[in-house]
Amino acid sequence: MPLSIQHLLGLEGVSKSDITHILDTADSFYEVLQREIKVVPTLRGKTIVNLFYEPSTRTRFSFELAEKRLSGSPLNFSASTSSVKKGESLKDTVRNIAAMKIDMVVVRHGAAGVPYFLTQCTDAVIVNAGDGLHEHPTQSLLDMMTIRRHFGKLEGCKVAIVGDIWHSRVARSNAWGMKTMGMDVTLCGPPTFLPQHPESLGVRVTDNLDDALDGVNVVMMLRVQFERQGTGLFPSIREYRERYGLDRERLSRLPAELIVMHPGPINRGIELASNVADCEQSVVLDQVTNGVAVRMAVLYLLGGGESA
Amino acid sequence: MPEKRGMVVFPVDPRERPPSVLVTGGRVIDPVNGIDDYLTMALAEGVVAGVGKAAPEGFQPEVTIDAKGMWVVPGLMDMHVHLREPGSEDKETIATGTQAAAAGGFTALACMPNTNPALDEESKIRYVIQRSEQCPCRVFPVGAITTDLAGEKLAPFGEMVRAGARAFSDDGHSVRNSYMMRNAFNYSKSFGVPLICHCEDHTLTGNRHMNESAMSTRLGIRGIPSIAEEIIVARDIMIAEYTGARVHIAHVTTAGAVHIVREAKARGAAVTCETCPHYFTFVDEDLATYDTNKKMNPPLRTPRDRQAVIDGLADGTIDVIASDHAPHCAEEKDVEFAAAAFGVIGLETSLAAAITRLIDTGALMPSDLVEKMSVAPNRILNLDGGALSRSAPADVTIIDPSAQWTVDPSAFFSKSRNAPFAGMAMRGRAHATILGGRPVFSR
Repeated sequence: MPLSIQHLLGLEGVSKSDITHILDTADSFYEVLQREIKVVPTLRGKTIVNLFYEPSTRTRFSFELAEKRLSGSPLNFSASTSSVKKGESLKDTVRNIAAMKIDMVVVRHGAAGVPYFLTQCTDAVIVNAGDGLHEHPTQSLLDMMTIRRHFGKLEGCKVAIVGDIWHSRVARSNAWGMKTMGMDVTLCGPPTFLPQHPESLGVRVTDNLDDALDGVNVVMMLRVQFERQGTGLFPSIREYRERYGLDRERLSRLPAELIVMHPGPINRGIELASNVADCEQSVVLDQVTNGVAVRMAVLYLLGGGESA
Repeated sequence: MPEKRGMVVFPVDPRERPPSVLVTGGRVIDPVNGIDDYLTMALAEGVVAGVGKAAPEGFQPEVTIDAKGMWVVPGLMDMHVHLREPGSEDKETIATGTQAAAAGGFTALACMPNTNPALDEESKIRYVIQRSEQCPCRVFPVGAITTDLAGEKLAPFGEMVRAGARAFSDDGHSVRNSYMMRNAFNYSKSFGVPLICHCEDHTLTGNRHMNESAMSTRLGIRGIPSIAEEIIVARDIMIAEYTGARVHIAHVTTAGAVHIVREAKARGAAVTCETCPHYFTFVDEDLATYDTNKKMNPPLRTPRDRQAVIDGLADGTIDVIASDHAPHCAEEKDVEFAAAAFGVIGLETSLAAAITRLIDTGALMPSDLVEKMSVAPNRILNLDGGALSRSAPADVTIIDPSAQWTVDPSAFFSKSRNAPFAGMAMRGRAHATILGGRPVFSR
């Protein structure tokens, strides 16, 4: 069964059945990844360009691994090694790459809307690997896959996403995707990290961490960027950690069934105490493993490959 | 002569005597003279020879224009245009910009000084005026408030006024320093000219690309808050009132800014303001596809702001409709949204937008449109246009208010194509434009 979407530009507007189908497919790829031979031939002959205009280790490796395990042919492009430095426009770069007859483009870019823009420049299938502050849909899908594998369902699960919400495309994608899947989402951070106009996201927003954590099954801590310290967004790491960090003491007041997530990379000792990052309730490494399966599912379903 | 799909713009040769012209059967709308009636208008020797039930006794027309079904109005004026010359002739030139103006029904325009070099001294004002002499639209340069628009050194208003500058503005920027702005307002009083204020608190707008709203949250684009505009609108009105100078607020876009101007007018401040067709037509929600041809500064606001702008036009708070015609090359717009240049063109769509969005909806009467697109800008810039009085310069726009057409930027006289109205169905447009008694545009 194909998806009703042609590209994965974001999770806003993606249907519950499409998301469910991606997660089901990801579960079957998860089984493939447990085998000794982890490669399937489904994208044989397909060329996929990983177009990364922003530094990324985890996401790029995860996509590349997913492509290789589907027997696709990845081509890696990163801004620092390309003609971007010579001043070529994004459109020209993409049209040149497309002229080499590629099938899919996985794109990460610092500007919101770039994946949509690329659909106007090429016929290739576009997968968003993060665009500015807008969306990071495969991250949200792997988060939902991790939650579903842990609790057996998504409907009714209560999630708190804590940190620099405004600068987080992960928070946006999760707000859309999780709401679609019937989950209860609360976004939490200091008011300077919350959108001035959150109403379009349709989820609860609060600056009180204890309120946000009340009754949740999942707490997702977001990375806080050091360089924002002292810019007026928050006064100091120390004050941030005290008000919004998750440490043992705070965790101990929460139910033992609760799981702790983080999209990485973690700032140990800031948003997440080191012993919390490594505790039994932490599913951070499961997220990474599931990321490969989810990206295999997305590439497979959008790439029109043979059946797994 | 420049021609596009049946439309012609004629060059102006000052050595040639203007023909005698009779415009018959049209609805003459001339608010200054209290005229709104089906009358005949005679033009001779470049001035209005008479408006009446019939042609003046013994009038021998060399050109007769049948204006049945048309509005015959004093030549329209666009007081906020970027002609880009000198410096960015790849985007627009004085020649192409004035052709676009004539085709849009304008007989006069004021051009902004953010050229390269900026229009910040006498010789540069003279350059623009000289380059516009044979053009099909009158050009009134706006000089810079500060040298090179840098906000640091007061530009020589006196010599620029002598050369023909009609107002001063650092458009594209606000003068950040309130002390400098106070001095500029004070100094402007010697010349009786307004300062045209682009209102933007730059500390709130850096690296931001659309209105801050529920829509910017959705799209993940850093937002320009409405208060960035309103803070400086309030500041500049306060300084103008304190110093007793004249202020004209450029491109008002927010409900708050309309409110601030309304209050200021109510207490008798010497304030006028303008808005642009895109602000009474579009809203931030129209950016769902990241259309860079709808990216401008100030940005498209919320539906509530758009309604406030329309209400402000209707109750007289907003005096003027101006285009903020801001041409950009395709390569500056055909890029990711955050990298795209701010600004849209409007000379060839302003009139149609005003008719479609304001007249057809009942927000304004045709005479209000003439007021805001001809009478008020002439008054604000101390010009003698804006009326069809006997012996006034024969600058006339003949408008076909019921023409149905679809905006096709490839048919524009402008050099640029960054039009937010592209592809839209419109009603009304200029049928003919007469400048100093000479037909300069017809279709």
